[in-house]
Amino acid sequence: MRRLAAALLTLALASPAAPALAVEPDEILDDPVLEARARDISAGLRCLVCQNESIDASSAELARDLRILVRERLVAGDSDDEVRDFMVARYGDFVLLKPPVKPETYLLWFGPGVILVLASLGAGLYLRRRRMTAGTAATAAPALNAEERARLERLLADQGEGPARD
Amino acid sequence: MSAVAPGATRRRLVFLAPALVFVALAGAFLWGLRPERDPRILPSALLEKPVPEFDAGPLAGAGVPGLASSDLKSGQVSLVNFFASWCIPCRAEHPLLMDLAAAGTVTIHGINYKNKPQEAQAWLADLGNPYGRIGVDESGRIGIDWGVSGVPETFVIDREGRIRYRHWGPIDGRAMKEIILPLVAELNQ
Repeated sequence: MRRLAAALLTLALASPAAPALAVEPDEILDDPVLEARARDISAGLRCLVCQNESIDASSAELARDLRILVRERLVAGDSDDEVRDFMVARYGDFVLLKPPVKPETYLLWFGPGVILVLASLGAGLYLRRRRMTAGTAATAAPALNAEERARLERLLADQGEGPARD
Repeated sequence: MSAVAPGATRRRLVFLAPALVFVALAGAFLWGLRPERDPRILPSALLEKPVPEFDAGPLAGAGVPGLASSDLKSGQVSLVNFFASWCIPCRAEHPLLMDLAAAGTVTIHGINYKNKPQEAQAWLADLGNPYGRIGVDESGRIGIDWGVSGVPETFVIDREGRIRYRHWGPIDGRAMKEIILPLVAELNQ
């Protein structure tokens, strides 16, 4: 029982904590709806300095500048898409953490699926061919006649296997 | 007995396929590991586009006027260099900018990014001022409009005020000789 408790505790501690946020109190908007939208948009924008973090989580100065800018655009009345377009116009598609689906990114989005399908087809064909040749090999092996079977049993008995001789 | 079964050659080639795929992939990855290729450098979203509209006040005490987007559309090729006194790589590239300014090949304008004006002015007084004009961007908003993610970054602007090249990080001798100077010469034709 104690061990179970210890195991569960370890599991709980090992689980990822709530995502870290870098938003400082002076950035938070008064309007909770706008603030929620700001947090949501920020979570999808890449910090160009750290590059693997969103601006919501990054403590880089540029991230803070961009967070404040996102909030300013929202207060000015931009829609979520307009704010994102504003950032993309300046920093390119890479500023979005989720790459847009465009002809340039088809390979990124559909590549793995296509490869999976091709590999499955290849594997399927290979297995089918193996099964067919294995089948012919089995029927090609001739059965043993009575004399050969007696010899087999004698050989097995000499090695200590098969029915014992008295 | 010396004749090879007809399927054998094809089977041997099929066995070769994974090795060939490996060689192709290895080649592609080795190409990607070239030292000149820094994956952190992003292509500028503003290439071939006109410079963003801005009007930045002058740096007090620097002895040169401020910089506005209209100054970049005056029919001359120019460089715009984002810099700051707290930026070490900016100090590293500074001598090259001084040399370039002395040679008179192209006008260099500066945008002082997120810097206290007194500190920037002291820095230039100490190291020299290669800039024809300096715009002050204390808030960093002008930088954001240019897609700047840090300093230094240098932009090559053509005669019509379009951004033609963005150099991320300090300019070294090789970049100056192989990229920037040839581009400036080409745009000047």
